[in-house]
Amino acid sequence: MDLLWDGIRGAFRLLVDLDPEVLRVTALTLLVSGLATLVATALGVAVGSVLALASFPGRRLALALVNTGMGLPPVAVGLLVAVLLWRSGPLGALGLIYTPAAMVIAQAVIALPIVTGFTAAAIGSLHPHLRLQVLALGASRWQALLLLLREARLPLLAAIMAGFGAAISEVGASLMVGGNIEGETRVLTTAIVLETSRGNFDLAIALSLLLLALVFAVNLLLTTVQQRRLP
Amino acid sequence: MRGARATGHDGSQRQPPKLALRDVVVRRQGRTVLEVPSLEVVAGEVLAVLGPNGAGKSTLLRLLALLERPSSGQVLWEGRPVTGDPLPYRRRMAVVFQEPLLLDMTVEANVRLGMALRGLPRREQRRRAQRWLERLGVAHLAQRSPRHLSGGEAQRVSLARALALSPEVLLLDEPFASLDAPMQQEMVDELESLLRETATTAVLVTHDRAQALRLGHRVAVLIAGRLRQVGPPQVVFAQPADAEVARFLGVENVLPAQVVAVQGGLAQLRVGPHLLWAAAESVSGEGQAWACVRPEHIVLAPLGSGEEAGSARNRLPGRVMRLSPVGPGPQVRVDLDCGFPLVAYVTAASAEQLGLGPGVTVVASFKALAVHLIPR
Repeated sequence: MDLLWDGIRGAFRLLVDLDPEVLRVTALTLLVSGLATLVATALGVAVGSVLALASFPGRRLALALVNTGMGLPPVAVGLLVAVLLWRSGPLGALGLIYTPAAMVIAQAVIALPIVTGFTAAAIGSLHPHLRLQVLALGASRWQALLLLLREARLPLLAAIMAGFGAAISEVGASLMVGGNIEGETRVLTTAIVLETSRGNFDLAIALSLLLLALVFAVNLLLTTVQQRRLP
Repeated sequence: MRGARATGHDGSQRQPPKLALRDVVVRRQGRTVLEVPSLEVVAGEVLAVLGPNGAGKSTLLRLLALLERPSSGQVLWEGRPVTGDPLPYRRRMAVVFQEPLLLDMTVEANVRLGMALRGLPRREQRRRAQRWLERLGVAHLAQRSPRHLSGGEAQRVSLARALALSPEVLLLDEPFASLDAPMQQEMVDELESLLRETATTAVLVTHDRAQALRLGHRVAVLIAGRLRQVGPPQVVFAQPADAEVARFLGVENVLPAQVVAVQGGLAQLRVGPHLLWAAAESVSGEGQAWACVRPEHIVLAPLGSGEEAGSARNRLPGRVMRLSPVGPGPQVRVDLDCGFPLVAYVTAASAEQLGLGPGVTVVASFKALAVHLIPR
């Protein structure tokens, strides 16, 4: 019990002191997972919309693949991205392995199927005639798509939150493609793993609390936006 | 605007139809769901497309609205085939669907959305939204979310949204089918006066014969993806083109009538050369109406036998034109000429007893209560 108690006390000291290393790790975490979510959202909303609205052969198969991808093991993604970016790999020339960019790519790949799947479901849950009604009101195809996305904005924000949650909480892929290099590619999850293995429980707990607070703050923000409704 | 469109029926004879289908076929998964060699919507008219569920009515409406492309054939706007991007044409029409399909924004924003998409200035958007919400009795809901509206209120907003666009063609797909019966009646009355006031060219798709009669200048009957008959209501209802149309419409005498007086719950009508009595439940004053009489409610008796007196208020001498069997039962259809065509059903036994045959004159009688009046 002392171990836990000491850990929590130490954690608060680190947080109150605003340890520079802790701050740096937190900032990089937000940057990497935020960018990954941005990339996954841009691609996932587009692909999800196409899957929900267009009719083409293979659409069911594509949807099944996306849904499978929602449970993609981060370690498998890490391995794939690592192999691709490895110095002697097909994209090795880019020199991205063990950089934050590699982590953004890996996390975006993990978040992409989640955002795509939730987007397709969000648009699919709208009334099937709503698109016709919007077109009949005089919307161009793009205007119609934007209006439908606006109409599905609540579940869409849920899709983005789920994508962000997957990205920021993932550790395996970040470790494999980032390498957990201090001051360069260390993020909260990889740092927690390292400090726990070193027995630095106070630091590990402090980082975990930060991670939780971060996830909570971002979700609170998005939920507030989401629940802003008309009287 | 009303003045500009007032040319209506007569003036439009020389102009091409506002909207038309030519050699249109729609196939889905190898099955032909709609086949329309020709259909015209004349400027200023209300065309009622009548048919059972699954007949392809909604598909027909979506073709006219340029929301769906036919597998083959053409949609013509003012006589010219629509090619390329249909958006400019869509922006000259409006569609009201069975469901209100309002978006998650205020009622006023919903009504303004179409106008905004069509590039109307904000001031004009506000003015028209206000005017049409008021006209449909829902102005007090302008700042509310559509989520809390009743079905009737929501459909009124949907109608206001369409009419605020001043569409050159208004397309209505079973607009009141999801409302309960009294509300439906109210909305049909409302729509009738709106269409008359604005002289809007409109296509109404419905499975409801009374709605088609009430609102349609012409009726097109669509069964199993094919147009079986297009014409004025009294012709379509009195002379169905084939057995299937007759079965769907339920053979009925639909007589163009002039209500000349209403008193004591009864209406006096002029139908052709005759004066008839009808229960005045649905009309309150003089004017044009359809008088509907089901053939099985008409009793035939020999001329001058005295038997025809009874309690029936309406007695018309008529000459038998034709006898034909109805279905497998003992019923016989009798086509009479009473100065206008009238159809009666009698049993084979009484047809024999009365000595019915072409050329024989009989008296057709029916109660005032048997006459159903639909204002027009």
